[in-house]
Amino acid sequence: MPQANIQLSGPSSAGQLIKGITMQKYSGFGLFKHSLSHHENWQRVWRNPTPKKHYDVIIIGGGGHGLATAYYLAKEHGITNIAVVEKGYLGGGNTARNTTIVRSNYLWDEAAHLYEHSLKLWEGLAQDLNYNLMFSQRGVLNLGHTLQDMRDIERRVNANRLNGIDGEVLNTAQVQDMVPILDCSKNARYPVMGASWQARAGTARHDAVAWGFARAADALGVDLLQQTEVTGIRRKDGAVCGVETNRGFISADTVACVAAGNSGTLAKMIGIELPLESHPLQAMVSEPIKPILDTVVMSNHVHGYISQSDKGDLVIGAGIDGYLGYGQRGSFHVVEHTIAAIIEMFPIFSRVRLNRAWGGVVDTCPDACPIISKTHIKGLYFNCGWGTGGFKATPSSGHIFAHTIAKDDAHPLAKPFSIERFTTGQLIDEHGAAGVAH
Amino acid sequence: MLHIRCPYCEEYREEEEFSPAGQAHIERPLDPESLSDKDWANYLFFRKNPRGLHHEMWLHAHGCRKYFNMTRNTVTYKILETYKIGQQPYVLDENSLDENSADKNSPDEKSIDEKNSSEVSK
Repeated sequence: MPQANIQLSGPSSAGQLIKGITMQKYSGFGLFKHSLSHHENWQRVWRNPTPKKHYDVIIIGGGGHGLATAYYLAKEHGITNIAVVEKGYLGGGNTARNTTIVRSNYLWDEAAHLYEHSLKLWEGLAQDLNYNLMFSQRGVLNLGHTLQDMRDIERRVNANRLNGIDGEVLNTAQVQDMVPILDCSKNARYPVMGASWQARAGTARHDAVAWGFARAADALGVDLLQQTEVTGIRRKDGAVCGVETNRGFISADTVACVAAGNSGTLAKMIGIELPLESHPLQAMVSEPIKPILDTVVMSNHVHGYISQSDKGDLVIGAGIDGYLGYGQRGSFHVVEHTIAAIIEMFPIFSRVRLNRAWGGVVDTCPDACPIISKTHIKGLYFNCGWGTGGFKATPSSGHIFAHTIAKDDAHPLAKPFSIERFTTGQLIDEHGAAGVAH
Repeated sequence: MLHIRCPYCEEYREEEEFSPAGQAHIERPLDPESLSDKDWANYLFFRKNPRGLHHEMWLHAHGCRKYFNMTRNTVTYKILETYKIGQQPYVLDENSLDENSADKNSPDEKSIDEKNSSEVSK
């Protein structure tokens, strides 16, 4: 049965599938069946096509956001002549480097709606993509260490509730009950005075998100072009007409840039200015240990956040380096400060050894909110500026960006995130809820 | 960890003593009232964010507490020069970057020092 090619998408998009491209359905039974043939007959997860001469839409950037955009364009808007152009390999940038936290407890209405839309999509995404994303709603605690922290937390939780987002304010005893290994003593240098708690938040397997979207998009006919680097964006009569790549010129009616830290470089190719600065952001994992932490603990004040992956590694996120950097690495003292904060909160981890540390390039906006926008050039769209918190938004970013591209008009959720806001002054200041010091 | 020479203290110190303060040589508009919204937005928010050579300000926060300028490569993080506020950079493009970085690990300190001291003597 699992060998039978079952088409992926629901009835809404069944008619839009390209003939002949079908996707093997993953299931527990399929896994068992393939085990009988030593797992030697699995179908390729996606094709490796040669570039066509022309596409309706070219998406630059094959990370989670780019692949999600391609998937929703094909699934919900019937545009299947799409290429995702990636200079490295799929999901090899910030999708592979983040700390996998998903939550929607942002302060301002615009951002809260955007991230809540994402969380709702996450809740059904594994079924939608037929791919195990290991999405685990284990909850997120945002600790408060000062009176001002607690006032901010109460304000944010109340704002969340008014927006229909779940949230609770916990006191010290409740936090201690939830995370027994957290140092909640009064003698701590930064005592835990309470926390905000979002139960529906959690973590997801970062690579699986990229792979799931890639596989599903490929099944809908999207060409995933890896090791294809864009070297120029061509323009004709005020509209984009294609991209120059290391594999030659590919023409397109629409070009959508979803390139995170490299967005500024792409913008320069076509003479657009973006209010972005690219900074290194670092993260690290410990050696795998037995299950000890079953939720996500974040602290803005001492600046560290931590969760435990299913494999057992403690996943720890650091802050950004203050200087500009495209080197995918940061300075050591940032790692050192983060570890100090983690040990301050969890003295029990003081002898755990770190396994790996790495850096990515994040594109930060002055107001810590993304840009999802048309540009003054016809057919050119930008989705960038997610800064330090783009992973959680992967599904909604793709979903509303696809709408914006297909209709040539901003999705209602994307409207406040236009690039125009920097001229009008209508900024959405999310530095507080963004969680990582900018 | 960057190793930074403060042009005021005239010493190499570790990065932790310093804080980055963004793009250098941004001139505050003389008459902000007369600017269009677009020009004001450009002044406030839009930065060069280059991949490569960057002129940026740093603060010697735990030292002399003075701001100074630095020319640095944002891909390799190599520091090519530091110079005082009010001075102009010596390294201006990638080509002069190549000439000056012939010796990878020690930037052409002598020429920078000479330049700085000559600027000071002016």
